[in-house]
Amino acid sequence: MSESGLAHLVVAVLRRDVMASLRRGSEWSNPLVFFVMVCALFPLGIGPQPDRLAELAPGILWVVALLASLLATDSLFRGDFDDATLEQMLLSHQSLYPQVLAKTLAHWLMTGLPLSILSPVLGVLLQLPATGMLALMVSLLLGTTVLSFIGAIGAALTVGLRKGGLLLSLIVLPLYIPVLIFGSSAVKSAVAGGEYFPQLAMLGVFYLVAIALSPLAICGALRISVDQ
Amino acid sequence: MLGIGSKFLKENSALSISSTFHKWGSPRWFYQFSARLMPWLAGLSLLLLVGGAVWGLAFVPPDYKQGNSFRIIYIHVPASAVAMGAYMTMAIAGAIHLIWRMKLAAMVMKAIAPIGASLTFLALLTGAVWGKPTWGTWWVWDARITSVLILFFLYLGIIALHQAFENRDAAAKACAVLAIVGAVNIPIIYWSVEWWYSLHQPASISFTGQSTIHPTMLRPLMATLSGMYLFFGWLLLLFVRVEILDRERNTRWVQDLICGESR
Amino acid sequence: MYFESISDLLRMSGHGPYVWFCYGVSALVLSILVGVARSRRKQAEQQIRAIVRRKKASTSSTSQH
Repeated sequence: MSESGLAHLVVAVLRRDVMASLRRGSEWSNPLVFFVMVCALFPLGIGPQPDRLAELAPGILWVVALLASLLATDSLFRGDFDDATLEQMLLSHQSLYPQVLAKTLAHWLMTGLPLSILSPVLGVLLQLPATGMLALMVSLLLGTTVLSFIGAIGAALTVGLRKGGLLLSLIVLPLYIPVLIFGSSAVKSAVAGGEYFPQLAMLGVFYLVAIALSPLAICGALRISVDQ
Repeated sequence: MLGIGSKFLKENSALSISSTFHKWGSPRWFYQFSARLMPWLAGLSLLLLVGGAVWGLAFVPPDYKQGNSFRIIYIHVPASAVAMGAYMTMAIAGAIHLIWRMKLAAMVMKAIAPIGASLTFLALLTGAVWGKPTWGTWWVWDARITSVLILFFLYLGIIALHQAFENRDAAAKACAVLAIVGAVNIPIIYWSVEWWYSLHQPASISFTGQSTIHPTMLRPLMATLSGMYLFFGWLLLLFVRVEILDRERNTRWVQDLICGESR
Repeated sequence: MYFESISDLLRMSGHGPYVWFCYGVSALVLSILVGVARSRRKQAEQQIRAIVRRKKASTSSTSQH
């Protein structure tokens, strides 16, 4: 396939998925509502003291964003699996890798991107100092992409199973750990007034590796799920 | 991924390699071959494990800093080392299953998961019990302990995924993919945890007591460590052989083998 | 032996319960694994015997017809 053909394929899949998700609404709004609600639970559980919340805010925001992204991942391939679009995708002569890449990116555009954009608002609610806001947004922008790609492997493995949701979190959560470590650390050092570029650079490395390699595993996993 | 593998096989099917693989991939041949290996593995591993444990428990002088609690090392270190190695073995078996469609590799993979999870559990438990009398706490978020905990989670994920599938072949392939993804991630996870810990290192306690270990204390450890590897091999063969019987139950050779004495 | 008596070995100057607990649990877990493998093997053997019995029964009944 020519280069422009590939690009057309990616854009076509991307546009189709984004439009479908926008039409349905709940797909992109539910993770956001979850993010807001769970963040609001923490002051109620910990107590309203601003300085204590400020200290915990980077970790809380990152963990809750991670969970929101995880919960959204379950539906990544489910619709296409149920209406047999996935099977057609596998049988078609077009290569699977760019389609999977586009689908996962579309999923991120509908979940990770809104989460990252909304995160400063929740940062304000959780008393995150203003110096940490930029680091929070950028680290979430990079990190949620990685989370989407790792989560897509789990979603592809469990898409054919009736009860996928909880199982998906069991198999995917351990793989999320490096992203969480570097993401929350970036915000923490930004709040402390330190250098946070190294952590972002590390997330950038994860970003590139995840985009390059995880579609391979996703393709393999989708074939297994559809074949069974 | 699967496509690349089979193409690779077609292009490089040097006769010697493929014949060895056929032989090793044949459950019947493996069953008969392993039968000869079993008593040796069982005897030698028990000898090393029990001998090393008695040596370490009763004959080695105590550590000058930790006292007698250090004797837990003779079970803790072998359990964690073999648990780690077992995960890598599982991932390699998974890759072999995906690339060469070798059924035996799928059986090995399925057999390793519960053994590895049990060993990881032992490593965590003995580590916690070691920590209490020595450092005054059951649990510390130390880099090494956290890594073992994550390894335990990875095992649990594999087991949960395997149980969720009704189709045996799909379960094996899905677990193979997950095991490979996990194996690729393990170095990244360990390195991240190491980095995370170095950032938050508490000054008061350090869990690294191994650099001070005396050679006389090391020798029983070598015994129990190699004993644990052999024991793992023996357990693995036990589970794989059951799996072979179960899968090949409709073949003539299995039926002759099990009902041979009654005819 | 490093210890002077058996009770010394059991006590290990206070660390005994921790050390013996570790070894006890390890022995338990490892033997449970062996036991699980054994019981699965028995189960598999029984199933295979049942298959063979059924096969024999069906061949003998068809030969009578």
